[in-house]
Order: sequence, then C-alpha cells, then structure tokens
Amino acid sequence: MMTLAKIKLHVLTGLFCLVAPIFAQAESLIAEQTFKADNEIVVTFTGPVEKAIVEDTANYTVFEEPDPDIRLVLKSATLSESGRIVTLLFQDPLNTAMTHVVSIKGLAGAEKTTFKVSKSYLGYLFGILISALLINNFVFTKYLGLCVFFGTSKKKETAKGMGVVFTLVMVVSAIMSWFFYNFILVPYDLNFLQIVVFIGLVSLTVQAVDTILRKVNPILFNSFGVFLVLVIANCVIIAVPLILANNNYNFFETFMLALGAGGGFLLALYLMSAVSERMQLANIPPTFKGLPISFIVAGQFAMAFLGFSGLKIF
Amino acid sequence: MQLITSGILSENPIFKLALSMCPAVGISTTVMNGLMLGIAVLFVQVFSSVTISIFKNVIHPRIRIPTYTLTIATWVTVIDLVLAAYLPEAYAKMGIFVKLIVAFAIITMRLEMFASKETVKDSFWDGLGMGLGFMVGMMVIGFVRELLGSGAIFGYDVLGFKPLLFFILPSAGFFVVGLMMAFFNWIEIYYKRSKGLK
Repeated sequence: MMTLAKIKLHVLTGLFCLVAPIFAQAESLIAEQTFKADNEIVVTFTGPVEKAIVEDTANYTVFEEPDPDIRLVLKSATLSESGRIVTLLFQDPLNTAMTHVVSIKGLAGAEKTTFKVSKSYLGYLFGILISALLINNFVFTKYLGLCVFFGTSKKKETAKGMGVVFTLVMVVSAIMSWFFYNFILVPYDLNFLQIVVFIGLVSLTVQAVDTILRKVNPILFNSFGVFLVLVIANCVIIAVPLILANNNYNFFETFMLALGAGGGFLLALYLMSAVSERMQLANIPPTFKGLPISFIVAGQFAMAFLGFSGLKIF
Repeated sequence: MQLITSGILSENPIFKLALSMCPAVGISTTVMNGLMLGIAVLFVQVFSSVTISIFKNVIHPRIRIPTYTLTIATWVTVIDLVLAAYLPEAYAKMGIFVKLIVAFAIITMRLEMFASKETVKDSFWDGLGMGLGFMVGMMVIGFVRELLGSGAIFGYDVLGFKPLLFFILPSAGFFVVGLMMAFFNWIEIYYKRSKGLK
C-alpha cells in the first residue's frame, strides 16, 4: 500500500502544479505549499531560511480565507535537515477543502510573507462527483426518488433510458437553479421563494425534455412516457437545487453534484433492474411478490453501499 | 368519517398505495421523527386540498398540474418557515425532507383525483384522512425501528437494552418497509382465503 500512497501523492502534486498558478500567489521565496495530514501544512522554500524565525510559532498567522478573524492555533513548526522544508503542525484538524492563508513575519528581512494553501481544485471537484455518485448515493444512502426507482427498474433497457433522462434533467435544472439562486434570489433577498422557484424550474425542464424527446426519439419516449410526468414530482431532482442552495456551491461544484447525483441514480436503477430481471424467474412467496421483495433487495444494496462510506480519494 | 378511515386503512398512502416512500425510509428512525414529518404532511395536504377545492372552478383544466404544484409549494414554504422558526431542533433532524414534501406524489394525486372534483368540506376530510394515514404509517415504521434499534419509544428507554442496533442504521428502513408491506399482504391473503373457505 506504501507505493499506492506514493503514487497518489505524486498525482496530487502533479495536479497541484497544474492548477497552482491560479491559486498560489506566493512570493518567489516559497517554492511549494501543500496540506499533508489533516492538521499539517508543508511549506518548501526556494532557499535555506533562518531556523530561529521559521520555528517560532508566534511569527505565523494562519486563517481560512473566508473568515480572517478566526485564527488557527499552531502547535509547532519544524524545519527539516536541509533547511528548506517547514512542517506546520496545528492543534485542530484543518478543513482542507478551504483555502488557507498563511503569513510569516520577518522572513528574509521582509516584514511579512503571505501565501495561500489550497487543495487541488480539480481533485476537490472530482471528490464531489464521487461523493454524490457512490458515498452519498441519492437512492441508497439519501433515500430519494424511490417512487420512480421502484416503478421503472423492471427492465434494463428502461432503466438505462430513464437514468440518462434523469441525469440530463438534473444537470440542466441544477444549472438553471444555480443561476436563479445566485442572481435573483440572493441579491433580492427572496430566499423564502426557494421551493416555489425551484419546482417551477424543474417542471419547465421536464416539459422541455418531454417535447424534445417526443420529436427526437419516439421509441424511447413511448417506453417511459408515463414516468416523465412523474419526474416533475420527484424528489431526486428537486433535491439537487436545494442541496446546492444550502451549501452555497459555485458553478462547477453544482455541475459536478448534479452529474454525480444523476450518475448515481442511473447506477442504482441499472443495478436494481439487473436483479429484477432475475427475480422474475425466481420462486417468491406470494406475500413478498412485487414491492416487498424489491424493498428488501434495495435494503441489501443499501448495506453494500455503506461500504463506500469510508472512501476517500483526495 | 368514512373518508378518514379509508385514508388510514384501505388506502394508506405508504403501505397500500406505495407512494411517498422516500421519507418513510429516510427519517423514520424514531417515532418522534415520524410524528413531526407526519404533522407537516398533514398540514400541507389539508390546506392544499382546501385551496384547490375552493378555486376548482377558476382553474383552467390545462394548467391544473402547474397550479397544484405551485399551491403545494406555497404551503410547504409556510410549514418550512414555521418549523424552522419554532422547532429548530426537530427541523434540523428532518433536514431536507420538509422541503421535499413539495415533491410528494401522494399530495398531487389527491388533488387531482379528489379535491378538484368534490366540495370543500369533503376535500378537507379527505386531506385529513390521507395526512393521518401517512402519519400513522410513518409512526408505525418509526415505532418498529426505534424499539428494535435503540430499545426506546419517544426517546424513553423501555427495554433497557438494544436488541438489534441494525434497525437504527439507514439501510434498515428498506427492510422494515418491505417486511411490513409483506405483512399487510399476508393479512389480506389470509382474510380472502378464510372468506373463500366459507
């Protein structure tokens, strides 16, 4: 596993270097800065630095970018043998999803040296995608969209088509909701209209998909025409705008969340339909026929998905 | 009166019609949660039924579905804000599910099938029956899960031990609902058979 961790580190550093110009506004003095463990920041300097200054924790001020008033408490700062790498150890675990601002007093004669530390943003976005797809799968860990889930997961073909339509509707409606939320609801203090606006946007998207699909792919349209109406009144789709409004996601995060949620729904539908096809051949006791057995299968899937809860990629 | 009992028994939204099951699985870990969400749904169902029933002659049939959706959304906003203001603790536990009442198929279905045709009074009772049916369903699931999962009811320790911690885990919601549906089916089959034998 050691090599895996090493590879991961290399990939991480590589990714970081790719996007570093966007975030690292460091002076030429600092070569590189990264999060290590969840309470560690590692800073690499371009040249050797004075031990007395960099090892004195009083010289540092560290805070998360959005709240400059909350200073994070440093436990220790240690300089490596080469005199170029400093490891900052914090008392409490850091929220590594946030950008941290670090400034050092009196370094190399300068009054103050300030730089920002942040995770690779691509990795963070990918993390949102994977989280919505597997760890917080909308069907198996958040229990959303169950009506459609049990209704359409009889055949693999329908399940696939349905999942794709859902993903499409989700992404489009989430993006529209994001625009509405950020440029209309928030600036005009209309936050209480959230639910009304979001459900309106979702219905609009569904109607558009309905009309387009009828023209473009009539066969697919016929196979689940009834369920398209159900999509309007479906919690899985309305949940995405509500979650993004709760968490104040930016545009890319919104896109990733919607994509992950849709993909997760597709995955869940496909898995379930695969089992359903086998179940039709099985000899099920009459009391369990239909919905009860589907629920129990879904419960087993949910248990399997619990296994993803420890997954951490970045 | 018959409208209420049919909502609770023969047309129970959770066990019989198998609608609006997301919260039934999601947050029915305790009786209290079930009761709280049940009250919220009851409120929304009754008020939107009455609203639609009052305005049923004004609503053009072609735009009826959007009208229903907007009516429900309005009442959900009301209950959402009320709960957030007066019961912040319970609200935090229910999380996003209060807002998601807006997407409950059961409410739209009752509006379409009942409130848009019947009188205000009947719609009120029908809404009450459906809401109560939902509440009872949620509480029954909550009862089973809380009793088996943490050995308590309404937060009070009754058993003194925890028989099956598994039932408090999220995935158990699927099992409990599935088993209860099977149980109701079994009663129905048993009843029919005993009648047929006579």
